[in-house]
Amino acid sequence: MRAPADSDIAAGEILLSIENVSLSFGGVRAIRDVSFDIKKGEVRAIIGPNGAGKTSMLNVINGFYQPQQGRITFKGETRTKMRPYDAAHGGIARTFQNVALFKGMSALDNIMAGRTLKMRRGLLWQLLRIGPALNEEIVHRHRVEEIIDFLEIQAIRKVPVARLPYGLQKRVELGRALAMEPDLLLLDEPMAGMNLEEKEDMSRFIIDVNDHFGTTIALIEHDMGVVMDLSDRVVVLDHGVKIADGTPDEVKRNQNVIDAYLGVAH
Amino acid sequence: MLGPVLETLIGGLLTGVLYALVALGFVLIFKASGVFNFAQGAMVLFAALSVARLSEMMPLVVAVALSVVIMIVLAYAIEFLVLRRLVNQEGIILFMATLGIAYFLEGFGETVWGSNIYKINLGIPKEPMFFFESVFPGGLLIDREEVAAAVGCAVLVAALAIFFQVTRVGRALRAVADDHQAAQSVGIPLNTIWLIVWAVSGIVAIAAGMVWGSKLGVQFSISLVALKALPVLILGGLTSIPGAIVGGLIIGAGEKLAEVLLGPLLVRWFDLAGGGIENWFAYMLALVFLLFRPQGLFGERIIERI
Repeated sequence: MRAPADSDIAAGEILLSIENVSLSFGGVRAIRDVSFDIKKGEVRAIIGPNGAGKTSMLNVINGFYQPQQGRITFKGETRTKMRPYDAAHGGIARTFQNVALFKGMSALDNIMAGRTLKMRRGLLWQLLRIGPALNEEIVHRHRVEEIIDFLEIQAIRKVPVARLPYGLQKRVELGRALAMEPDLLLLDEPMAGMNLEEKEDMSRFIIDVNDHFGTTIALIEHDMGVVMDLSDRVVVLDHGVKIADGTPDEVKRNQNVIDAYLGVAH
Repeated sequence: MLGPVLETLIGGLLTGVLYALVALGFVLIFKASGVFNFAQGAMVLFAALSVARLSEMMPLVVAVALSVVIMIVLAYAIEFLVLRRLVNQEGIILFMATLGIAYFLEGFGETVWGSNIYKINLGIPKEPMFFFESVFPGGLLIDREEVAAAVGCAVLVAALAIFFQVTRVGRALRAVADDHQAAQSVGIPLNTIWLIVWAVSGIVAIAAGMVWGSKLGVQFSISLVALKALPVLILGGLTSIPGAIVGGLIIGAGEKLAEVLLGPLLVRWFDLAGGGIENWFAYMLALVFLLFRPQGLFGERIIERI
């Protein structure tokens, strides 16, 4: 697998920054005036109790939700809201909290779908399946096979994903996101509902993706052990407000975070 | 005996091609958006009305071409004004939206084109012809216009099948059908896909509307043809293009044969009046399918992990 396309941003510089973003649904204020940034090459965790606004934040980043206030700067380009197509086009890939695969398709087709934006040839070529279009299909298929090898799911590539156990579905979903060769990978609870062994596998894949391909990762996770091990920096949300931001150690000692997680006597 | 039965069978199959065409419009939209498009019948009516009224002013070919443009504009309007606002909503909400579109289109069609019964003249002689006179005594009496319509429809269906099964648009379509958000997250432009399927459904509606309109005259009752597409969909499976075609043929031929063969038997055995079988046969067949094969002949099996 080849490293993601180089962008002009060097490792350690800011890839994405969220400034004063607020999002509400009717009267419910899901995110209130939150700012943080994600640096190129890091693993950034977003944590918080249930209903803290973590998934809403991911949805703002990849354009499913459009915030009422605030600015989003991605790769140096500032905008008030992202659109899903622009996010995907700009190199943001994601997985979902409750696995969102194309259930009728095989694992292979699901991952191939991740190549959508990489395919260039026009419809007519596709229709004829000759010449450049066929070559292109082969090239993409080759890339996808590399991802399949990387995730160790060779044996299930032809299986309709709805038949796969949950842990493998999560892996296929990661594969689909990787097929986009993203600059920023958003993972919404990649370890949810997994047993210990599956969690260890998934952690290994996340570390490998980050190490070998330099892919920047933002992840939401509830397993604190995993978060502390994997991430470089952690942002903590509670009831839509940012209550802490820093290295895992800093966050762990932060009194606001301890209160939010353990409750505080009023 | 064989001659009349064959005649009925062929007549039924030709009607079946039309059912298939309407069902195809449903399947395309359902596959792409998970929306059961209640407005398909109204689209057929609207398309037939525009072809009929425009052909009064200009040659048929031009009228059809202009109608294609109209249906594409309509698809764009539906996508832009309705569907785009309802992304990621429940299926039932989208269904209700199409219900609204259906009644709007029926009324709007009347506003724009008028409410009389209009004619579409395809320029094919309507009188039936005898075929195979050397094979059967008396030959087979078949409507020439129906044959021409069937051939035209078959070509259209084949072209669409190739477009959606072989191309990347097909894969994108299946992806969108399975999960809107996931499809968006890999960069499949939902709006473009919806625009494509609604436009294609509109073009299919033109074909269906022209054939029905030429047979029965263009009038409000054309929109009811959509109701005949429902058993076809249950038979063929909501998500299958080949299913819509085969289902249409089976329903078309089945109901005509049932009328001719079953009717006299009911009269003889139970002393019933024996008519009207054509009206309920398709729905009974659909019920039987719902009981024993709910995914239809070609529909995707619904696999659910427990």
